[in-house]
Amino acid sequence: MNTDYLILALKNLKHRGIRSWLTLLGIFIGVTAVVALIGLGSGLQAAVGAQFGISATQVITVQAGGLNSYGPPGSGVVDKLTTGDADAIEKLSAVEMAIPRNIETIRVEIDDELSIMSAMSIPYGEKKKRGWEVLDIEAEYGRLLQDSDLKKIIIGNTVSKDESGSSIVETGDKILINEEKFEVIGILEKKGSLIFDNIILINNGVLEDLIGYGDETDMIAVVIKDADLMDRAAEDIKKLMRKRRDVDIGEENFEVSTPEAMLDTVNSVLGGVQAFIIIIASISILVGALGIVNTMTTSVLERRREIGIMKAIGAKNGQIFMQFFFESGMLGFIGGLVGIIFGTLIGIAGIAGINGFLGSELTPVIDFVLIGGALFGSFAVGAIAGIAPAMDAAKQNPVEALRG
Amino acid sequence: MKEGKELIRLDNVSKHYQMGDSVVKALSHVEFKVYDGEFIAIMGPSGSGKSTAMNLVGSLDVPTHGKIFLDDKDISTLHESELAQIRGKKIGFIFQSFNLIPNLTVLENVMLPMMFQGTDIETRENKALELLKLVELDDRLHHYPGEISGGQMQRVAIARSLANDPEVILADEPTGNLDTKTGAIVMEFLEKLNKEGKTIIMVTHDPELAEEYSDVIYWLKDGQLDKVTKRSGKRFIDVTKKKRKTHEINGGK
Repeated sequence: MNTDYLILALKNLKHRGIRSWLTLLGIFIGVTAVVALIGLGSGLQAAVGAQFGISATQVITVQAGGLNSYGPPGSGVVDKLTTGDADAIEKLSAVEMAIPRNIETIRVEIDDELSIMSAMSIPYGEKKKRGWEVLDIEAEYGRLLQDSDLKKIIIGNTVSKDESGSSIVETGDKILINEEKFEVIGILEKKGSLIFDNIILINNGVLEDLIGYGDETDMIAVVIKDADLMDRAAEDIKKLMRKRRDVDIGEENFEVSTPEAMLDTVNSVLGGVQAFIIIIASISILVGALGIVNTMTTSVLERRREIGIMKAIGAKNGQIFMQFFFESGMLGFIGGLVGIIFGTLIGIAGIAGINGFLGSELTPVIDFVLIGGALFGSFAVGAIAGIAPAMDAAKQNPVEALRG
Repeated sequence: MKEGKELIRLDNVSKHYQMGDSVVKALSHVEFKVYDGEFIAIMGPSGSGKSTAMNLVGSLDVPTHGKIFLDDKDISTLHESELAQIRGKKIGFIFQSFNLIPNLTVLENVMLPMMFQGTDIETRENKALELLKLVELDDRLHHYPGEISGGQMQRVAIARSLANDPEVILADEPTGNLDTKTGAIVMEFLEKLNKEGKTIIMVTHDPELAEEYSDVIYWLKDGQLDKVTKRSGKRFIDVTKKKRKTHEINGGK
């Protein structure tokens, strides 16, 4: 019997004007947002994580932070880390090695076009070898830097291409950095990271000659002997740095970040974004539900005569109620169905985009329980929104309703 | 004259409507009986109360006073859903403005009353096909009401009225929206149904139509039964006196 109402509801919906369909936008947008969000799932985390350069699991990053309390207010002067800090950290028992890294702003001229980029210092010897491993750096073309390389550089994948993606720099080409000529000896694999795809790698001594930062360093990448020692190493580094920089607990002007902590940051950012999307989705669905109440109420008014006819030919109040109830539920269901299709497509396209960007092999999350739940939920939202109008329809007096 | 078992009886029925502070007496102290197989006409000019009478006879409404018996069952105090069940089963409606559901095809319109009675889909479809064949519209099954003519729509309405095999067909001005020729075709169908044993109650303001097809005519005027005429051969004789007497005894006028 319920199938009859379903068929009747679909037939009535088929003849609905565009107005009715527009009321579904709310449900559609809400469901699309939720399904797309779930579909993107871990892909989103991986993508954001890559932007932060989080890849190695055995590396603690130490950075200077906070304003120098002796500087003039607002000057933004920061107590820089030094190679001395790196040496001291390296002596800690849990630490395998501490690699100072400088990231400097440089002027790069390619094909007479000047642009501002970042250059990262590459250490020498064993640290260079470990650095490539830790940062997971490999050359797509050419080779990596060797200690003996002087006016030679490696460039990030994006640097080698123009906006349309065609190659503008090849290995062997010479480009100007701060008016000095450098030879490109390698182009990095695409990493999907804003940092590594846009960077220029230069041996530390050569970059120091170019910039002149002395023994100051922007960050220290600390390689831990064993991943299990992560927390202990982080605590040891903090203790050491507090001592070296003469600050108390809670007043640190430096940051010691473990991969977990960075991932937590990413997740909390993502969590915020997700919560925001879910709030927007909920509001959309609420607006959609109100739209359904509105369109169904109008529909009952417009179809009073039809209600009268149905009552005259034997429809009981409950049967009229069921018809409008199902119709309303189906409105929600269709909104949800279209939302699921769009949401899934966005999820698939988003993951494909992330994979293209990161070179990863993530798969979109297609959760059939979620899809089933979303469909049922959409029907339920529609049906609940339709209860009051359906009751109104059922209560119509047949004689008055027949008058239209 | 055909006179089978009593199907409908109106016992001193009145219907009053409250309109603001005043009471409109749409129907006052009306009584009549409908027997199985009769072709009855309820005649009267506009405002005479014939639509109210039709609503009461068709169990679309309940009287303010008096009782209505359908198959010896008092329906004047029934709840709306019980009335719906009864009219769905026992009464078939034909309206002046056809009143088909615009979003349903001809076939679906005829199937609809059976759906409300819980008939299974296969039986519904077979019965609807049979009825549409009867009204010669089996070539318009999948058309929508908007795609067929007025006369065809009224024939669909006739087929729909027969869907649950009701005892009574209630036709409210069935030719009111049709031209003479089409109206005659519709009336022929009703006459044919009556000859096959269906009880027909027709509400009309057209005395010629009433006299051409009906056995008994109840003439309403200002909400009251003015006279009753009955076919006798080719003529109609006034049987009001006898009725009126009963009426007076019942404390009517």
